[in-house]
Amino acid sequence: MSFVTGTRVEPHISIAGPRDYFDLLKPRVMSLVIYTAIGGVLIAPGPINPVLAVAALLAIATGAGASGALNMWYDADIDAIMRRTRKRPIPSGRITRQEALAFGLTLAAFAVFTLGIVANWLSASLLAFTIFFYVIVYSMWLKRATPQNIVIGGAAGAFPPMVAYAAITGTVSLSSLALFALIFIWTPPHFWALALVKSDEYAKAGIPMLPTVAGPDRTRRDILLYTLLLVPAGALPYLMGFASIYYGLLSGALGLMFLVLAVRVYRHRTGDVANKIAMDLFKFSILYLFLLFAALILEKSLVHLSVLA
Amino acid sequence: MSLSPDNDGLNKAVQEPGIVLTPQQKKSRDHRNLAIALAVGFFVLLIYVVTIAKLGPGVLTHPAE
Repeated sequence: MSFVTGTRVEPHISIAGPRDYFDLLKPRVMSLVIYTAIGGVLIAPGPINPVLAVAALLAIATGAGASGALNMWYDADIDAIMRRTRKRPIPSGRITRQEALAFGLTLAAFAVFTLGIVANWLSASLLAFTIFFYVIVYSMWLKRATPQNIVIGGAAGAFPPMVAYAAITGTVSLSSLALFALIFIWTPPHFWALALVKSDEYAKAGIPMLPTVAGPDRTRRDILLYTLLLVPAGALPYLMGFASIYYGLLSGALGLMFLVLAVRVYRHRTGDVANKIAMDLFKFSILYLFLLFAALILEKSLVHLSVLA
Repeated sequence: MSLSPDNDGLNKAVQEPGIVLTPQQKKSRDHRNLAIALAVGFFVLLIYVVTIAKLGPGVLTHPAE
């Protein structure tokens, strides 16, 4: 006698490997988070315990990875539509949404708890808020609701240096807020340059990016306006006195190049040339942030090493 | 006479092979298990190292001294 009747439902048996779960963490975003967070660690005044700093950076990176997994859990439907995201673990069928949700929540809890016991509960709270902001405020609310999605959502990507600084010092300072401002203002021109080229893909997925909703002309104007804000924001570490004149000169030169490219994007509006110039700006924006943080990391490392010596 | 009316059903259940994993499913599961083991081991090591780092030189000081 059997208590179960009717057709037998085949159980879902996963064939996902560790690599698929690693892909859920958005490793490229995670590496950028680690990179900017190192900047946040090194601008902290006073001696830094290297073991605790590395442990804190690992916890922050894990928190960023958890946000990535939770973002993929929520955005699986639109990821399946866009060519750029179609091969992610959930749309390609290697991992189910439930598995991604459980993985993301578990990692998020471990990351926040670990940062709390390794560093302090202020930085752990900031990390928890960053995850909340990225998943709830950006992914679940703003992304599909407003063309200002990445302007406000950009805060999630700008928090890591602040979290890292708080992990080392136990406080939030103007210098860590300067790094927050730099990434926050950098985000819109960076994403909109890409969105100008990929606007069809975003429109197909129903995401209200600025070029799709307000048109490419308005987007070009806004890229230029944010770039005008970015030039002084990039120089803030020097202007506020926690970076050297060499950093100041580099930020000025890079800011000027950013501005030249933004003006070119503003002036060339049609054809393949316009797309190419927009992609040039997108690629340069990555180099811009990379070089500014590299300069900051280099000179702050030298300062810390000379103190140790 | 059988003591339990369900004996036949029980015997059948014992004889059925249940869910048999394909070689690919088994390999993926083994890899996942290994990754979890390494992650847990790394976490334990991290907490140990951080604990020692937080204690600092005081780890060698006897309370009675």
